[in-house]
Amino acid sequence: MSGHIVSRRIYYGIFAALMTLTLLTVWVATRDVDTHIWGLHVALNPVIALAIATTKALLVILYFMHVRYSSKLTKVTVLAGFFWLGILLIMTMGDYISREWIKLP
Amino acid sequence: MSHNPEAASHPALQHHFDSMEQQHGATTLGMWLFLVQEIMFFGGLFTVYLVYRVKYFSAFAAGSNSLDLTWGAINTSLLIGSSLTMALAVHAAQTGRRKLLVLFLGFTMLLGAGFLGVKAAEYHEKFEKHHVPGASFKIDLNDPGQKGFKGVDANNAQLFFSLYFAMTGMHALHMVIGLGILGVLLVKSWKGHFSPEYNSPVELTGLYWHFVDIVWIYLFPLLYLIDRYHHY
Repeated sequence: MSGHIVSRRIYYGIFAALMTLTLLTVWVATRDVDTHIWGLHVALNPVIALAIATTKALLVILYFMHVRYSSKLTKVTVLAGFFWLGILLIMTMGDYISREWIKLP
Repeated sequence: MSHNPEAASHPALQHHFDSMEQQHGATTLGMWLFLVQEIMFFGGLFTVYLVYRVKYFSAFAAGSNSLDLTWGAINTSLLIGSSLTMALAVHAAQTGRRKLLVLFLGFTMLLGAGFLGVKAAEYHEKFEKHHVPGASFKIDLNDPGQKGFKGVDANNAQLFFSLYFAMTGMHALHMVIGLGILGVLLVKSWKGHFSPEYNSPVELTGLYWHFVDIVWIYLFPLLYLIDRYHHY
């Protein structure tokens, strides 16, 4: 018994999408896409770069790694992994960024 | 558990499993648990990176701009290509095409080796430029390619390169291990070990290979694409 067989056309389609997104992320990185939101200067480049990377990662996970066709148990396991990674990143950054907000004597 | 005598008699079925389905489900879950552990492992590196990138942004931007964008993009493409051939290898194993399986595993190894070759050339350049952290670390402001380092503390620049080597080095180590596993699979595939009924090792190695690809998908923008537009 083997896992779900994904058609090769899907694999080629995902590959094309991943290559297109790679070119896009390189192109966007060389453009100034900073913007102002409510008078606040926001650097959009890293946001766009990470959004593209996450899209690529999702395509790889769902199709190349067959998670879209996997059991609920596998899906929960994968989600738990990224959830824990989120805890690590968000709580650590929450600490480091907010340290300078309050000056302790 | 219902016993399927036909499936249960498959020589690849281990005695502690009831059926090939159960064996496949258990090994897939086991592989994913390992990969979740890998997410946490690389997660530590990414967290250190994020903390120092926020703290010493200008040093990270200068360091990033000293990396070769073209080589980085080529390596990203090589790795994505190797993920495609790996996925096609899994497909060939699942549909029982032995020669295609061997061919695609070979392609995957070639593309992976190509990636490591480019990485080696990039590391070589870092040694030549004295951009390897340590006693001989040096920033040469007369080099037009290093103008971005003007006003940047050399220690903070070293921090960027430390993380560059730690993260890409750990990633490269995973690639080397992956190539070793693929080599074993290549021999086993050639000997006809895998069939539509039994191909878990190919599929699980595929999961590992795609995971390493995902790590690079994040490393590429985080290391190569910081603040690029200011220098164009």
